Amino acid sequence: MEITLNHYLAVSGLLFTLGLMGVILRRDLLVIYMSLEMMLNAANLTLVAFSRFNQHLDGQIMVFFTITVAAAEVAVGLALIVALYRVRQTTKVGDLTTLKF
Amino acid sequence: MEALFFWVFAIGMLLAGASVILNRNPVASALSLVVTMCFMAALFALLNAFFLAAIQILVYAGAVMVLFLFIIMLLDVKAEAKTRMRWISLVLGLVLAIFFSYELSLVLRDGVPMGAVPLAKLPPPPSDIATIGRLLFTKYLLPFEVVGVLLLVATIGVVLLSKRDNKPEAK
Repeated sequence: MEITLNHYLAVSGLLFTLGLMGVILRRDLLVIYMSLEMMLNAANLTLVAFSRFNQHLDGQIMVFFTITVAAAEVAVGLALIVALYRVRQTTKVGDLTTLKF
Repeated sequence: MEALFFWVFAIGMLLAGASVILNRNPVASALSLVVTMCFMAALFALLNAFFLAAIQILVYAGAVMVLFLFIIMLLDVKAEAKTRMRWISLVLGLVLAIFFSYELSLVLRDGVPMGAVPLAKLPPPPSDIATIGRLLFTKYLLPFEVVGVLLLVATIGVVLLSKRDNKPEAK
């Protein structure tokens, strides 16, 4: 069986769904963050697959920028989690109810 | 041969991804995520994006995941206790996932035109580092510079966020 663009899109969609489930189901901020990274990666796979399909490099350049922004985002987000931990001594979302309506 | 590699990498990646969200121990989750990233890099290589495969291993599996593991160790995060799942979030999450997968199957069945052409039949794009670098420094020069500024801002932000206040707190 030959591998087509659709195969890559399906794998990417499934990985995105896994990340979405992780964000909804898990209650630890760090694991939620990892699931977010997985969703970003799924989008990257789509871009690279389309780049291969269209024989065009622009998709790969976009993935390059996405990876850079994701690295910056992880650094800032983890610093926020550490700052939060210093004040509240927890990383569980269930314990952070100040903004709860 | 390419098909065999694709299936091995794709199924391995999805299994590792499932293990990220199923593991109670955050360290195990992080290590599963490293495996996911490595399989993703392998898929990039299958798609002729060798530069991105290298970047994926270096930046994600190397830098980002080490940062994650470092923070997990620093905060001494314990494994999640075996509590009752919140029914509402479990049901909503499953419904959302099933709905999304169904929608995806609909789109893939008759959505993407030409999507059924085997990728091996298409000529590969010129994806050596020289071409990518030339694109980055000509067509994408402005975004490249902006990303540099963004990284600088992120660095300053991290230093500010993780700095302890020296001022005595008035309580």
